[in-house]
Amino acid sequence: MTEQGIGARVLRKEDKRFITGKGRYTDDIRNERQAYAAFVRSPHAHAKVTAIDSAEAEKMDGVIAVLTGKQLTEDGIGNLICGWAVNSRDGSPMNMGAWSALATDKVRYVGDAVALVVAETQAVARTAAETVVVDYDELPAVVHPADALEDGAPQVHENAPGNLIFDWGLGDEAAVDKALEGASHVTEMKIVNNRLSPNPMEPRSAIAAYDEAEDHYTLYTTSQNPHLARLVLSAFYQVAPEHKLRVIAPDVGGGFGSKIYIYPEEIACLWASMKTKRSVKWTANRSEAFLTDAHGRDHVSTARIGFDADNRIVGFKVDTIANLGAYMSLFSSAVPTYLYATLLSGQYDIANIYCNVRTVYTNTAPVDAYRGAGRPEACFLLERIMETAARELDVDPAELRRANFIREFPHQTPVIMAYDAGDFAGNLDQALEAADYKGFPARKADAAKRGKLRGIGLSSYIEACGIAPSAAVGSLGAGVGLWESAEVRVNPVGTIEVLTGSHSHGQGHETTFAQVVAERFGLPVDNIQIVHGDTDKVQFGMGTYGSRSGPVGLSAIVKALDKVEAKVKKIAAHVLEVSEDDLVVENGEVKVAGTDRSMAWHEVGLAAYTAHNLPAGMEPGLKEGAFYDPENFTFPAGTYVCEVEVDPDTGETEIVQFVASDDFGTIINPMIVEGQVHGGIAQGVGQAMLENVVYDEDGQLLSASYMDYTMPRADDVPSFAIHHHSTKSPSNPLGIKGCGEAGAIGTPPAVINAITDAIGNNDLQMPATAPRVWAALQAAASSKIAAE
Amino acid sequence: MTEISMTVNGKAARASVPDNTLLVDFLREHLRLTGTHVGCDTSQCGACIVHMDGRAVKSCTMLAASAEGAEVTTIEGLANGALHPMQTAFKENHGLQCGFCTPGMIMSATDMVARYKAAGKELTEEAIRHELEGNICRCTGYHNIVRAIQDGAAKMVAG
Repeated sequence: MTEQGIGARVLRKEDKRFITGKGRYTDDIRNERQAYAAFVRSPHAHAKVTAIDSAEAEKMDGVIAVLTGKQLTEDGIGNLICGWAVNSRDGSPMNMGAWSALATDKVRYVGDAVALVVAETQAVARTAAETVVVDYDELPAVVHPADALEDGAPQVHENAPGNLIFDWGLGDEAAVDKALEGASHVTEMKIVNNRLSPNPMEPRSAIAAYDEAEDHYTLYTTSQNPHLARLVLSAFYQVAPEHKLRVIAPDVGGGFGSKIYIYPEEIACLWASMKTKRSVKWTANRSEAFLTDAHGRDHVSTARIGFDADNRIVGFKVDTIANLGAYMSLFSSAVPTYLYATLLSGQYDIANIYCNVRTVYTNTAPVDAYRGAGRPEACFLLERIMETAARELDVDPAELRRANFIREFPHQTPVIMAYDAGDFAGNLDQALEAADYKGFPARKADAAKRGKLRGIGLSSYIEACGIAPSAAVGSLGAGVGLWESAEVRVNPVGTIEVLTGSHSHGQGHETTFAQVVAERFGLPVDNIQIVHGDTDKVQFGMGTYGSRSGPVGLSAIVKALDKVEAKVKKIAAHVLEVSEDDLVVENGEVKVAGTDRSMAWHEVGLAAYTAHNLPAGMEPGLKEGAFYDPENFTFPAGTYVCEVEVDPDTGETEIVQFVASDDFGTIINPMIVEGQVHGGIAQGVGQAMLENVVYDEDGQLLSASYMDYTMPRADDVPSFAIHHHSTKSPSNPLGIKGCGEAGAIGTPPAVINAITDAIGNNDLQMPATAPRVWAALQAAASSKIAAE
Repeated sequence: MTEISMTVNGKAARASVPDNTLLVDFLREHLRLTGTHVGCDTSQCGACIVHMDGRAVKSCTMLAASAEGAEVTTIEGLANGALHPMQTAFKENHGLQCGFCTPGMIMSATDMVARYKAAGKELTEEAIRHELEGNICRCTGYHNIVRAIQDGAAKMVAG
């Protein structure tokens, strides 16, 4: 390890602009003659649109245009699509309903856009939007996933009878049923995975500028994947051909999945820019973000797990209904299927697993990937039922887990995934030791003296990251390949630019990626610039989600570095008149091993560009590109221990200890990795105890502001103890597994296991708010009295 | 329209703005000081915090006209040239990730340190967490923000 290389806690290069207020987020940008858009949105969850009267708005001073879905359709703008085809068990394709960027005949959720107003100022645009009169014929709405499948439920899309999008299955159902029949103990649970709003602090924003002279569009947008945005906007929505569309995602203030997708607003702004010949800017306010950003989770499941007489798992069967909302968002179909059921084996050796997933339309905002995406739902199910089974079997939950751990790798699960490395018992041991698991009874007794109920809960999570091998996901229905690309440019003076298709919106790529280059050539990180987020600068890229920037994005950079190093050695060998095999690159020099002869790094760069003395036939320059397609998913895993104290009089719950032991493989910058885990845990605590998207029965969103949706605040979470116990991933050159989602995946079951342990009632759904905990305590007390 | 005049980051700022112009919009759109952010519309998130006459205020919740004659400091004006100790502490303790809430966090933190110092009270971890009630961060889980503020407070005393 060098001082700034792999493993070093290098302070972030990107911080200076953020701490001095010089960050450049989309809403900070203002083009010449900037015009502003505001959307007219449906106040109804489900209604027919019978007329739109924009006469008054059009007469207002400063209004440039009022545009509707009818015009959008007439101009040939395509419908939004889901990019992952999932078939039902009977082989029939999924029932994807039409989604126009601006609704024409029908609205399907509160917030569905029906028109947009373009005006000289944002204030005028918003005021004018309120004067557009839309006539609606209200229809009954359906909100909850299970209700959507009831006979007679309101129909959201005509081509999805019974609101069923697909009825999908994975595994051998007959084998699981047989295994459960023969089990000596079966634990059964009904589990709700609560609906969440991702809530990056920067609201979504888009600035679309059409250049009439060049017939060219530039889109600034809050995206985690600008190239993917350009691809989809061009290929599917026909907004502009790819070579006539530049997408720039500048500084982006958090994403957590919600900024993967292409939303109606970007499409509408691009189109409006062409219609009005003006640069059109739209920035969501927080209420719009709550209404229209893709939500996460929202599953209702029943699960049965069976054990033999030795407490070894013999079978696991899951039945899930997943709410996809009013329209199928870009990756919505993959989240409750291939990112969910494939992780139901967890860290355990389970021979028989079967999962049935029915996805449904409801009159709610679209649901798609949110930090973890499917994997938190799988982990919550499995780790809640393991803890519950341990209580029923009267064995230590840690030991029930240990007895069932997978210990040999590679390990093929019955649900697609081939785990390549891990030491699950090592992480469990590290977490138990760090949490002083043995000392818990004494702490519980001490808490009891203070009138508090103390509980402890575990969660041993696994996730599939490094998304994903293109051929594998292609065979499962993905519409895109999930490789990554990189280009490494060594300048004549020896400084380096790395152009990456990964996108940083808080992850610190400008530092981490530079460290990998610094390590490779022994150069200072200040001589290395990471370039990302602009389709005109970066060759291509699939962006950042699924903890893929490390395992996939960095692997592409490593491949390009390999090519650069090979050329550097050829040039130096030629100049120094030695064999390439005798050369090593270190400390910013190309050295002849065992001698004092060398070329400085910048001398090689200069030689490549002057081209005065290159090997015969060699092209000048020093710039190499690479595409990296992963061989396998990566499998970050670990154990989390949560300890809580509950006030029995109020249900108020305090997390008094939180310990994480993670296996992320190789860690480039521990400071940044720990920060990712901190943030993930806080979001996991949010899901477990605070956050809940609530629609009323009419489909009105009741949790549309920070007054109503409880974001974790500083005094809701403790300080965290983060530990690492790592095994390298054998599937990529650096051995990286990825760390972005672990906290959000592993935390919720640890928290709920701890609270249910404290209160002695296992019947508790998320979010475990004080009133819910208090009610569960009363229920436990009542049943105890009844039993006596 | 309303004529307003105030001092922003030590410079005189005058403009004629619509009566309902919020202070944050005046800073961002008229003065182009875009370091002050808007993260919500209910005064909850604190991304818009600036100092007015030495006190932390949420610039999304007051009219520009209400700052008439005031001394306003934004994140851009917190330090003269070099970094403010609290800015340095946020960097050194990895107290930021996406950076969107960061200006508000830093403005809130410096205000909190000053108030506790004036009152002669100790700024404990518990106090910091309580004081951050009006600042939401989605990235960091607050762990390193708390460390940064503890460190920044020490640096401010030392400095």
